[in-house]
Amino acid sequence: MKNQLLFLRNGKVITGLVILGFFTLLALVGPWLSPYDPNQVSDALLSPPSATHWLGTDHTGRDILSQIIVGARGVLVVGLVAGVSATVVGVLVGVTAGFVGGIGDESLSALSNMFLVIPQLPLIILIAAQLPSAGGLTVALVIGATGWAWGARVLRAQTLSLRKRDFVEAARANGERTWRLVLAEVLPNLTAVIASGFVGTVTFAVLSQVTLSFIGITPVSDWNWGTILFWAQNNLALQRGAWWWFVPAGACIALLGMALTLVNFGIDEIVNPRLRSTGLHARSLRRRGIRPRVGFTPVVREVRS
Amino acid sequence: MSTGVETSPGVARDAGPTAEEPVLEVRNLSVDYGFGDDPTHVLREVSLTLRRGEVLGLAGESGCGKSTLAYAATRLLPPPGLITGGEVWLTGRDGQRADLLALSDAELRAARWRDIAIVFQGAMSSLNPVFRVEKQLIDGILAHRPRMGRAEARERAAELLRLVGISADRLRAYPHQLSGGMRQRVMIAMALALEPQVLIMDEPTTALDVVMQRQILEQVMELRERLGFSVVLITHDVSLLVEVADRIAVMYAGEIVETAPARDVYQRPRHPYSAGLLGSFPPLHGPRRELAGIPGAPPDLSQREPGCPFAARCPHVMDVCRTELPVLGRTAAAESGRLVACHLHTSLPAGKKLPDLVAR
Repeated sequence: MKNQLLFLRNGKVITGLVILGFFTLLALVGPWLSPYDPNQVSDALLSPPSATHWLGTDHTGRDILSQIIVGARGVLVVGLVAGVSATVVGVLVGVTAGFVGGIGDESLSALSNMFLVIPQLPLIILIAAQLPSAGGLTVALVIGATGWAWGARVLRAQTLSLRKRDFVEAARANGERTWRLVLAEVLPNLTAVIASGFVGTVTFAVLSQVTLSFIGITPVSDWNWGTILFWAQNNLALQRGAWWWFVPAGACIALLGMALTLVNFGIDEIVNPRLRSTGLHARSLRRRGIRPRVGFTPVVREVRS
Repeated sequence: MSTGVETSPGVARDAGPTAEEPVLEVRNLSVDYGFGDDPTHVLREVSLTLRRGEVLGLAGESGCGKSTLAYAATRLLPPPGLITGGEVWLTGRDGQRADLLALSDAELRAARWRDIAIVFQGAMSSLNPVFRVEKQLIDGILAHRPRMGRAEARERAAELLRLVGISADRLRAYPHQLSGGMRQRVMIAMALALEPQVLIMDEPTTALDVVMQRQILEQVMELRERLGFSVVLITHDVSLLVEVADRIAVMYAGEIVETAPARDVYQRPRHPYSAGLLGSFPPLHGPRRELAGIPGAPPDLSQREPGCPFAARCPHVMDVCRTELPVLGRTAAAESGRLVACHLHTSLPAGKKLPDLVAR
């Protein structure tokens, strides 16, 4: 168990997870936490931050802080659902293509190549526009359905190189079944790629959804950070100098993206057992002035107690 | 960094048969593995002297620190290796002395290959499969001698191949067109390209058959006589060392437990571990005997106990062995050119005789 939680000792991972945890909490209990109903109009029109409205109000007097808090759920749910669905499809297609080879590989590769060359955002807009209701889950699934190809491609390449390794061949010679070869021999070696692919897809999904909301594809009554930006843009917040309208939403998006990237860095440093010692002690290494490099072993003459 | 020749203090000077000036002096080198709070101390204050023109063999079981010593001395240890103390003095041909551990990156880069060259353990896969042998040799030469012309470098590359017994027309070959032995020789030729003073060979022939092993090593020894470099030969094949090395240092659990001229180690090992190691190989001469081996396994370096690391496996273990770490010093008979780290030679209780095993 101690080993399983080792990655928690990495500073980047901790920072990323703390921010993620904060937003997750908002997503879970946001509606009960928000001081006002985000749709409730008041006569404090476009007022700057004050004691009653911490982040000010918009052009109809709705509380921005409440919109941000309530909007967190929309962003995270879409990110998570899109991330999971894209990763599942990517793993299925990629690993299968890499492992079976032959005609199966050819057709699956062709499929993912097709998805790779289609420009994603216009496709999402097209699909979303055709659907009767483009609510959160629909958008998430559309993003998932279009965003898996990159992961599949990387996983296929990695699987191809793993498939011919001696330990896999030995398991095959032992008469292990194919599903066991894939699950027990190949997949654990792909953990790092899958995990970082997942985090990358979540980032992409969050940005796509915010974009879609911002340009008004999704219903504007579904609160998420993109919707806030949509209202701010449509009501000339920038020209009117109402910075409190768009800065908090933008900052939240940037913060979430940063958190996901930090976790991704952490995954890279932790998953490779050989780099783990370096990754785990990055801070103390910096403090001691040690820069681990291949070919120039650090020399440290320090007095140890 | 100091200049000029100094008389080396610190390390006990053992006057061997070739009492020449030292070319590489490792002093109190300590190495840790792991960057955490609880690193494994792999090498603890290891000292070793390589004299000019000498072949020094490093022997010992797997995992006893032979390669770690060689790579730490050249600062080639990959992360999470960490040098925590010591000095490595290299004496240039002009008598300039430099501490390899204190050099800047650029100086170290320049000194490598020119002063110290290494033939790696997996030398056979060290060649890039998509480039011709010629390009790989020339690249290295030009990197260190930028003023040399391409044609001249090519001439030098051909000369190097001939040196290791490969005809110069193989320059145009790709690595896959060469046999394992030839690739190994190309690596050796590459290592000798800049006429280094020290050649470190890390199990250079392990992947080759015995015939090829012999050919290659004989060639290296012949080249050494012609070109006058020193060799550090790392291997677990003690019988090979006895044949080609001038001096042997036996390592155990990250420490040097005995150093002596090769013949002396072979005929009269003074450390129980050396004796055990030699007993694990068939003798080169004399009647056939049962191979003894050494019972037990080397200690876990991450959990060191006080005392001699060999105590648990030693047939002559005494009480003091379990509490005090023996240091490298003269033998009971005070033989010249020989150092041993064993309590049998220093703290033998009065009235007790040195066991036959180490007193022949």
